[in-house]
Amino acid sequence: MPQTMFDKLWEAHEVSENLIYIDLHLVHEVTSPQAFDGLRLAGRGVRRTDKTLATADHNTPTDGTMAARLIADELSRIQVETLERNCEEFGIPVYSLGSDRQGIVHVIGPELGVTQPGMTIVCGDSHTSTHGAFGSLAFGIGTSEVEHVLATQCLVQKRPKTMRISYSGDLGSGVTPKDLILATIGRLGTGGMTGYAVEYAGPAIEALEMPGRMTICNMTIEGGGRAGMIAPDEKTIEWVRGRPGAPADFEAAAERWRQLPSDAGVAFDTEVDVDAGAISPMVTWGTNPGMVCEVTDSVPDPEAMDSPADRESAERALAYMGLEAGTPMTEVAPERVFIGSCTNSRIEDLREAAAVVDGRKVAASVRAMVVPGSQQVKADAEAEGLHDVFRSAGFEWREAGCSMCLGMNPDILIEGERCASTSNRNFEGRQGKGGRTHLVSPKMAAAAAIEGHFVDIRDWS
Amino acid sequence: MRPIDVIEGKVSVLDRADVDTDQIIPKQFLKRVERTGFGEFLFYDWIRDGEIELEPNPILVTGANFGCGSSREHAPWALEDFGFEAIVAPSFADIFYSNCTKVGLLPAILSEEHCRAVAEAGEARIDVDDETVTCAAGVFKFEVEPDVKHRLLNGLDDIGITLENGAAIDAFEGSGAAGRGPVTTAL
Repeated sequence: MPQTMFDKLWEAHEVSENLIYIDLHLVHEVTSPQAFDGLRLAGRGVRRTDKTLATADHNTPTDGTMAARLIADELSRIQVETLERNCEEFGIPVYSLGSDRQGIVHVIGPELGVTQPGMTIVCGDSHTSTHGAFGSLAFGIGTSEVEHVLATQCLVQKRPKTMRISYSGDLGSGVTPKDLILATIGRLGTGGMTGYAVEYAGPAIEALEMPGRMTICNMTIEGGGRAGMIAPDEKTIEWVRGRPGAPADFEAAAERWRQLPSDAGVAFDTEVDVDAGAISPMVTWGTNPGMVCEVTDSVPDPEAMDSPADRESAERALAYMGLEAGTPMTEVAPERVFIGSCTNSRIEDLREAAAVVDGRKVAASVRAMVVPGSQQVKADAEAEGLHDVFRSAGFEWREAGCSMCLGMNPDILIEGERCASTSNRNFEGRQGKGGRTHLVSPKMAAAAAIEGHFVDIRDWS
Repeated sequence: MRPIDVIEGKVSVLDRADVDTDQIIPKQFLKRVERTGFGEFLFYDWIRDGEIELEPNPILVTGANFGCGSSREHAPWALEDFGFEAIVAPSFADIFYSNCTKVGLLPAILSEEHCRAVAEAGEARIDVDDETVTCAAGVFKFEVEPDVKHRLLNGLDDIGITLENGAAIDAFEGSGAAGRGPVTTAL
């Protein structure tokens, strides 16, 4: 009987009914301290330290502070130091501040090659779906589940339904994977993928390189899907080859990985078809990622919406965002630009943004920053001279971390500030209380920094 | 976690859809390394700005896709610490739903119409074993997975239950099925 990739992954990891084995558990400072406390209280240890890896990312300053003990914010310092202490006590490898492997947990996994096809991967972070880009089953968990995985290396899970989203055609010039996933969420809604493991497929997905695939899987959770995945192919295999975590018996592993894609003719619980060629550069206008439109559109009019609930949500969102219905999106003017986050902070994202910025200046009305996803990304970017391109244009060039995606460190918006952000959530207050977030691709963010307002990157030169 | 079987009392109403966990417990409170004391920060900005008022009643009725966004378990911790014992909504985000069941906060899914009826009734009685919400407007059925119900009714620790299955995990690891994948301690 033909199987989906999800079926193959699930069945290969089912210890008993609804209990699945976890091949890799990624840990960070925010969602783990209470889990380690739980282990201590119950006198339990970590079952498989060799399948567990920790880093500090959510709280870390990006100003050059290179050791946990030097973090100025007391609560952040305590949290990062607690992570280091817990990892030492339980024997878990940790890349904290000061390590050249430190970075956003979803950036360093693929970078180190510990994210591989065919694996189950969890982390106490909803953007764990990123790792599904390699043909793994990867999803976010809560702190009780973090404790459960630490203690048992397994997770109690109800088997989700399967959804395949097939993208035909080719993405147009200037249209990126970020636009593809924003357009998809705009169409399906923020709860449209709830209850599903989602497979992204079709020629437009196959044409993408790994970083773009990661961007797409990363935002699955913004559509409500816990896990997003893409079939591994030769690009996936070549990404993993030669990295520190790559298997010793690489060719044998690669052969197993080639068996993972969904079988021909297999049925999914839900199928969705999208014409990738019809997708435009996207900008969010509201307070969740489903409130999104094409850059050539105007701010939508709540009055024109069918359901009273949608109307009310849109009215509230526009009031929060300080936007008038009917305003062309290209007249919306951010004062801040943030290029970073687990969605768009890889070297390829920085290259795309740098190409837009090269030789130009950030508008006088804008403060712009680039936060590389990891120390490795930062080093690679500096080796290519990208930091000089950004700095010459007037961007700040920062250290690695989650930074202004969620503003747990000092990188935040002040009340009323408007930001073009390459991150994943435009929720109220996400980037700072009263901050107004517009989600866009790295190219679109870079162009907005230069022009001082959103522009259609397709017309821009 | 403590066992829950019947939740009875007044109903608080938050009539909004797509309430995300960033609203339930804003990020500045995630820096705490404790598991308790989050109730006073629940809906911090919305309450402080006078956007909403919430009484710490046993039951909260709210809109669809409640708890979307971040996986922070601090959200159910805050709701529970504030005083809620059950959240009734037309739908929940997956991770939030799962987190609630791990901490003994009952997520009950009713149709939008039934949610409104419970909200209007102002009081309700939720029976976990029967999977019913009873209010002045009627008796409404919801569903809980059998294993989740068993844990909620008995206040059982998930880890303890899994460890009872330790032989199956040993066997899985012994079969070589778990031998694949990177060795993080050897990087």
